[in-house]
Amino acid sequence: MRVIVGVNGSESAMAALDAAVERARTADDDLTVAVYGGPNPVDVVETQVRDRLSTLEIDVSVERLEGHPGGLLVERAEQGEFDRIVLAGGTRSPLGKIQFDSTVEFVLMNAQTAVTLIR
Amino acid sequence: MTRTYPEEAVGGFPQPVREVTDAEGRSILLCCPEERERLVEMYLAFDPADRAQGIPPVEESAVREWLDSITGPDTLNLVARHGDRTIGHVVLVGDTEHELAIFVLQAYQNAGIGTALLRTALGAAAAAGIERVWLSVERWNDAAIALYRRVGFEAADTPEFGMEMTLRLDTTE
Repeated sequence: MRVIVGVNGSESAMAALDAAVERARTADDDLTVAVYGGPNPVDVVETQVRDRLSTLEIDVSVERLEGHPGGLLVERAEQGEFDRIVLAGGTRSPLGKIQFDSTVEFVLMNAQTAVTLIR
Repeated sequence: MTRTYPEEAVGGFPQPVREVTDAEGRSILLCCPEERERLVEMYLAFDPADRAQGIPPVEESAVREWLDSITGPDTLNLVARHGDRTIGHVVLVGDTEHELAIFVLQAYQNAGIGTALLRTALGAAAAAGIERVWLSVERWNDAAIALYRRVGFEAADTPEFGMEMTLRLDTTE
């Protein structure tokens, strides 16, 4: 399966990346990581992701999304004929409520590709 | 996190402890502090359909862990009690701004308890000097949104998936 993982460098996004890598090894998925700016700029996120991937000892392609991350991720998934988009499934409010950021919301609403949220 | 709050503060909320009679004629005590085991029992009896954005959790251990995280310092809790049972709970968590959530057991919904509990909690919050209160609510939850509007919450401009509402409390009373 061809899988594209969206990562903005947040703690939950990095955890989702770990889970996707683990799953890719088990299922022999073809993984692509799309990085975009979140708490930190995209350059920082890209370095962070490349470091993590080398720690995990896996060789996958890393692409940058510059602009509207949700729109670009949906477009890339369709044009690249990916089977699945993987994203971190939201953060928690102080009270523990799950909150989706605008990228997750956009992708859920607009993707023609299957979407997996990792919690 | 920067949320917009209404310019005008809302006041006139009642203080706990109060006893109210609900629409079914039941006598309900709105009081504090919360008692942990009664709260756990309430959340274990909670209707799955009434969960909102992942809370309350399902498993007992997760319920206890969640309650630990919302009953420490910087929190305000108030419960609604019918006889020995805790049947409603409102909680505020935060420092410079407080997130609010309210839960009422299904058999006690649509009887005015939520409104009374919410108004009393806001009275306690104002008395504790809490000025900015926010909450998130699913956009399709019309009954909850109507309740929040009635007490003075306004929809906040937010990029979140869920709708956020904010209220400025008058703490000068």
